[in-house]
Amino acid sequence: MRFLLQRTAFYLFTAWAAITLNFFIPRLVPGDPVQSLISRNQGRISADAIQSLRVLFGLDKNENVWQQYLDYWRQLCHGDLGLSFTFFPTPVSTVIGDSLLWTVCLVGITTVVSFLLGTALGVGAGWRRGSWVDGLLPATTFLSSIPYFWLGLVAIAVFTGPGSFFPSSGGYEPGLVPAFDQYFVPSAIKHSVLPAATILVSSMSGWILSMRNMMVTVSSEDYITVAHAKGLPERRVALSYAARNALLPNVSGFALSLGFIVGGTLLVEIVFSYPGLGYQLFQAVGYKDYPLMQGIFLIITISVLVANLLADVAYLLLDPRTRKS
Amino acid sequence: MAISPSSIEQVIPGQGAMAQPSAAPARAKRRRFRFLANAKAATGVAILAGYCLLAVIGPWVAPYDPDARSGDVLQAPSARHWFGTTHLGQDIFSQILVGTRSVMVVGLVAGLLATILSILIGVTAGYLGGAADEGLSALSNVFLVIPALPLIIIVTSIVEQASDTLVALIIGFTSWAWGARVLRAQTLSLRRRDYVEAARATGERTGRIILFEILPNLTAIIASGFVGTVIFAVMSEITLAFIGISSVSSWNWGTILFWAQGQQALAQGAWWWFVPAGLAIALLGTALALINFGIDEFVSPRLRSGGRTRIRTADGRTARMRVGFTPVLAPARTVPSPRGKEVTK
Repeated sequence: MRFLLQRTAFYLFTAWAAITLNFFIPRLVPGDPVQSLISRNQGRISADAIQSLRVLFGLDKNENVWQQYLDYWRQLCHGDLGLSFTFFPTPVSTVIGDSLLWTVCLVGITTVVSFLLGTALGVGAGWRRGSWVDGLLPATTFLSSIPYFWLGLVAIAVFTGPGSFFPSSGGYEPGLVPAFDQYFVPSAIKHSVLPAATILVSSMSGWILSMRNMMVTVSSEDYITVAHAKGLPERRVALSYAARNALLPNVSGFALSLGFIVGGTLLVEIVFSYPGLGYQLFQAVGYKDYPLMQGIFLIITISVLVANLLADVAYLLLDPRTRKS
Repeated sequence: MAISPSSIEQVIPGQGAMAQPSAAPARAKRRRFRFLANAKAATGVAILAGYCLLAVIGPWVAPYDPDARSGDVLQAPSARHWFGTTHLGQDIFSQILVGTRSVMVVGLVAGLLATILSILIGVTAGYLGGAADEGLSALSNVFLVIPALPLIIIVTSIVEQASDTLVALIIGFTSWAWGARVLRAQTLSLRRRDYVEAARATGERTGRIILFEILPNLTAIIASGFVGTVIFAVMSEITLAFIGISSVSSWNWGTILFWAQGQQALAQGAWWWFVPAGLAIALLGTALALINFGIDEFVSPRLRSGGRTRIRTADGRTARMRVGFTPVLAPARTVPSPRGKEVTK
C-alpha cells in the first residue's frame, strides 16, 4: 500500500510539472496569436472566450506571473482549455473529448496486446537460446527500426486501393453516425485493423528482445538449476520459475517507456487520418492552433500517467516483495 | 534479490580489467578492437561509417541539385534517376544524398548533448546520494514519464521554421532522462565497491574518484545510452520534418516523406517517392541497434547466441545445452547418464 501511495504522489508531482510546463510554453510564443484571431473573428467571439484565451497565453500584462499562474489553474479546474482555432469556436475540451476514445481504443489496446504478445514470444526465444529462433532476432531489429508512420504508408500502398477490404483512411464509414450499433461498430473495427497491425508489427519486437535477454539472464540463476535438478517438467521450469521472474523488469520497463510508445503511435493516426488525438495534434500544428496543441499534450501526459499507475498496480500484484513492506 | 534487473551486474569484472590504464600498448591495441570481433557490432559500425561518409560527401556526389526542377515529372526509377523523380521533376536520389548530412548531424549533436546531460545528472545523483539524489531522480523520472515526442512537437512548432541546430538542441534537452536513470543505478552500485572505498580512503578528491574510478566503468552504459539517444533523435527529427514543423527548405529524409505525403504519392502509385527514404531510416536504425546489441553482448557474454546448442552424443542421443548445464558426451562403450547430460554449475 505504501508503495502505491508513493507512486501516486510521484505521478501527482509529474502532472503538476507537466501542467506548469504547459503554462510556460505559450509564453515563449513570439507575437500575439490571440489578437490576430480576435481581429479575424471580429464580433463572433464572446468576451468570456477572449478572457479565457488571454489567461491561457498570459496576455494580461497587468498581472504578474504568479497571478497568471493561479488564474490558469482556476481555469483548468473548470475544464476550460480555451477555444480551438482549427474548429473555431468549439472549445478544446470538446474536440479532445471527441477524439480521446478513438486513441484509447486504438493505441491503448494495441500497446497492451503488443506487450503481452512480445513478452510471450520473448519467453520462447530466451528459453530456446541458440536454436533457429536466434536467427529471427535481426529481422525483429529491422522491423523495430522502421518508423511507425512509414510502415503505415507502406501498408496503405500495399493493402488498400479500389476494391480492397481495408479502407485507407478515417475511423469509420463516412455517413455513419457514431453509436454502439450493428452498423457502426463493425465499420470502426474494419477501419482500425490496418493501423493496429502497423503498431503491433513495429512495437512488438522491442518486447521480444528485452524479454529474451531477461530470460537468458534469469535462466543461469541457481534456482533454475535446482528446479531442473529436482526433475520438474521443462514447461514448469520455463514458465513458473524463469518467466515469472524475468517478467518483473519487463513490466517496469513497459511502464517507463509508455511515454515513448504513445508518442510514436500517435503518428500512425496521422498517416491513416484516424480521428484520434494524434491526427488532431497534426491538424493543430498545421493551423498553429496553440490551445488545441497544449490541451492534447496535457491529456496525453495525464493518460500516460494513469497508464503508469495501472502498470504499477500490475507490478504490485506480480511481485510479492513490494507487498511485504 | 534473486534476479538482477539488467545485465549490469555482470559488467564489472571485464570492465575493471579494461579500465586499468597501465596495460602494455600492444595489449591495449588488441583489446580496443575486440569489440569489433562481434559480427553484429562490426556490421553496425560498418553501416554507420557508410552513412557518416555520405553525410560528408553527399552534397558533392549528388548527381543533381535536389531543388532543381526538370521535365521528367514523376518518373519511375531509371538509369538517369536512380530513385525516380518527384512531381516537380526533382531527383529523389540526390535529395536522399543531400539529406543524409542533416539527419546525421542532428542525430549526433542531440545524442552528444543528451549523453553529457545524462552523465552529469545521473552520476551526480548516484554518487552524492541524499537530497541531491532525490531531487535529480525526481527530475529525470518526470522527463521520462512525460511523452517526449508531443513535447518536442509543441516546442518546435512555436519556433517558426526551426533550423537543424535548434531541432537538435530541443531533442537533446528532452531525451536525456533514460540515460541518467540507468547511469544513476549503476553509479549507486559502484559507489560502495572496494576499489572506490580504497580510493576514498587514500584521500582522493571526489572529482578524481568520479572521473577516474567510476566513469571508466560506466563506458559501456554511456555508449549504449548514446546510441539509443541517436536512434531516438533521428526518428524525432524525421517525424518533425514529416509533419512539416521544422524547416522545409533544407532537405532531410523526413522532408522527402513530407512532400510525398502532401502530393498524394501513394494515390498516384509513386512508390519510389517514399520507399527509399524509409529504407534509409530503417537501415540506419538497424545499424545503431546492432551496435547496441554488440555493446550488450560485449558486456554480458551470456546474451550472445552461441553456435550450435544441440549436440549428438556418441550413443546417438541429442542433448540440448542450456546455461548452467554442460552436456557430458559419454564415450561409446560406457553407459551414459540417464538424461544424457550432467549438472555442473
